[in-house]
Amino acid sequence: MRRDGGGAMAVSRGGRAWPLRSRGVGRSASSVGDWRAALVFLTPWLLGMVLLTALPMIGSAVLSFTNYDLLSVPRWVGTANYQRLLTRDARYLHSLEVTTVYVLVSVPLSVTVALIIAVSLSATTRLANFFRGVFYLPSLLGGSVAIGVLWRQLFGSDGLVNAVLGVFGAEGTSWIGDPRYALSTLILLHVWQFGAPMVIFLAGVRQIPKEVVEATIMDGANPVQRFFRITLPLLSPLILFNLVMQTITAFQAFVPAYVISDGTGGPVDSTLFYTLYLYLEGFRNFRMGYAMAMAWILLFIIGAFTALAFWASRFWVHYES
Amino acid sequence: MSAIGLKDVRKSYGSVEVISSIDLDIEQGEFVVFVGPSGCGKSTLLRMIAGLEGIDGGTLSIDGVVANDIAPARRGIAMVFQSYALYPHMSVYENLAFSLRIAHVDKAEIDRRVRNAAAMLQLEPYLSRRPRALSGGQRQRVAIGRAIVREAKVFLFDEPLSNLDAALRVATRIEIAKLKERLPDTTMIYVTHDQVEAMTLADRIVVLNGGNVEQVGRPVELYESPANLFVAGFIGSPAMNFLPCRLEHQGERTLVQIDGAEQTAIAFGSGGRSGAEAGTLGVRPESLHIAEAGAALITGMVELVEHLGEVTILYVAAGLGQPVLAKLSKTQDFAKGDRVSLSAASTDLYAFDASGDALPRLG
Repeated sequence: MRRDGGGAMAVSRGGRAWPLRSRGVGRSASSVGDWRAALVFLTPWLLGMVLLTALPMIGSAVLSFTNYDLLSVPRWVGTANYQRLLTRDARYLHSLEVTTVYVLVSVPLSVTVALIIAVSLSATTRLANFFRGVFYLPSLLGGSVAIGVLWRQLFGSDGLVNAVLGVFGAEGTSWIGDPRYALSTLILLHVWQFGAPMVIFLAGVRQIPKEVVEATIMDGANPVQRFFRITLPLLSPLILFNLVMQTITAFQAFVPAYVISDGTGGPVDSTLFYTLYLYLEGFRNFRMGYAMAMAWILLFIIGAFTALAFWASRFWVHYES
Repeated sequence: MSAIGLKDVRKSYGSVEVISSIDLDIEQGEFVVFVGPSGCGKSTLLRMIAGLEGIDGGTLSIDGVVANDIAPARRGIAMVFQSYALYPHMSVYENLAFSLRIAHVDKAEIDRRVRNAAAMLQLEPYLSRRPRALSGGQRQRVAIGRAIVREAKVFLFDEPLSNLDAALRVATRIEIAKLKERLPDTTMIYVTHDQVEAMTLADRIVVLNGGNVEQVGRPVELYESPANLFVAGFIGSPAMNFLPCRLEHQGERTLVQIDGAEQTAIAFGSGGRSGAEAGTLGVRPESLHIAEAGAALITGMVELVEHLGEVTILYVAAGLGQPVLAKLSKTQDFAKGDRVSLSAASTDLYAFDASGDALPRLG
């Protein structure tokens, strides 16, 4: 089982690869030779898909119905793991709550920031280019351990944030040590990495025809009206895309919480992300079957959110063609 | 007081001057066409009037008020773009209503104006459709409708027909002419590189070249009395033939003689000049006819014959580098390699001096 959400990995990989396979099959229907050639070309992907994705997924699905401590033989327990998770494990439900808050706050926030920055930096001046690069930098550094460590230093009790606050006479606290603020620092870290959605929005803003923008100027729309009535609706397919992608990654967030809480999810479980709890159960408490049941529930949660987003998109996303 | 007044208007991009000192007055209700080759500055000039481009020098006045720094939407001007520039996520109705909603016009009034414009443009059945579900011609009508609902004093058209196919272009051109009749007080400025559009729609044509106005005049005036070589060559299709000639200024008149021509020298007004210079004689292809013996203006070999039914176009090699074109009526029995002699009535000839300016006619 992968810590970073093996289930969702399988979804995205399968989605990308499937058309490739069906195309290969369709073209090769004429002769055996074509079939063979197609198989040869497909083998690397098939091997990867079967060995690294399909088999582990099937394995984890089966093991999620067992008690398995990595050392002894798995013992079949039926749906007991799922029942316990959904009804009796308060810590699990808490981790679900923490993660949901994290997703619901950080995703809209980061997508909004990305959109605003992209629209304001859409000019092609040299200065705008420079700032685009600067704003994209955090996304390159990404959710790495180093950034997690850096964040700890920034928001620790003797960190830079408090030093700056001290200059203004305000007294800070240990932001990551205080259960009231620890999750907020993680949300901030996520929002800070708005570069990837920003780049996608930038491409979208550039796609809006110049004459359409000029038509709004002639029609008397001010920049705010132009943003809400023209830019926003025309970017709506990209907003949907970014929301879905950000939601998937946010549900799977692990590294920042692990680093900041020293792998505990503390203080007082305030940063106990879903995947962190999954990791603790699987690799600290050796309840691998239980952890795998969690992974499968997460896969369904992400699937449900994605399906919901696509269903709701019909009411607000405008496709041009 | 003119609806639009341009006085010494200039525009540069960096060190490149794209509009150099243009003076022009456009009366209310006039249909003026800016015409010229690509890059002549016609679209830039239109966009300067719209307010989409800044004005680097001179003044633009609208109804007598200096408008250089007035925001585009406050100039009382509507614009129809080449690409239609419809809002793709809005229905036809919403596209038409957009500017009025922005201006907080009340709902009943918006509805009245939108339906009025839709009726005028036969768009009523499509009001709930999105632009992508419309044909090119319908989209262009929506773009025009957007201008109508605003009840703007001035309509600007930026090559509105160039994205349409030939048949639709003719039909839409006629619709624009009808629209002008229904809105007699609306001033319209229309940019095109298509001289047929210019000739058929315009009250006055402004011929632009290299950021300068070459000539302003009624369509027939430009055709019959081009001010210079550029206008003579630009207006008319196929273009006017130019033959090198000698100009001898003799007091009040100038004698024009083409080397090797049998036709006797033609007299033009000299404009008070004296001496002699090299010049250009212009003759339109449709003015040429088969010469009688001893009176040929041009003699040469037929290079190509185009039979178009109502006319026959001859390409005649007369040793001038460029073939001379002759547009003869009906089907004519000519073949490649035939020797032909062409001449034209002296009243159909144009003479231009060395700097390209037309010489006045005598009488």
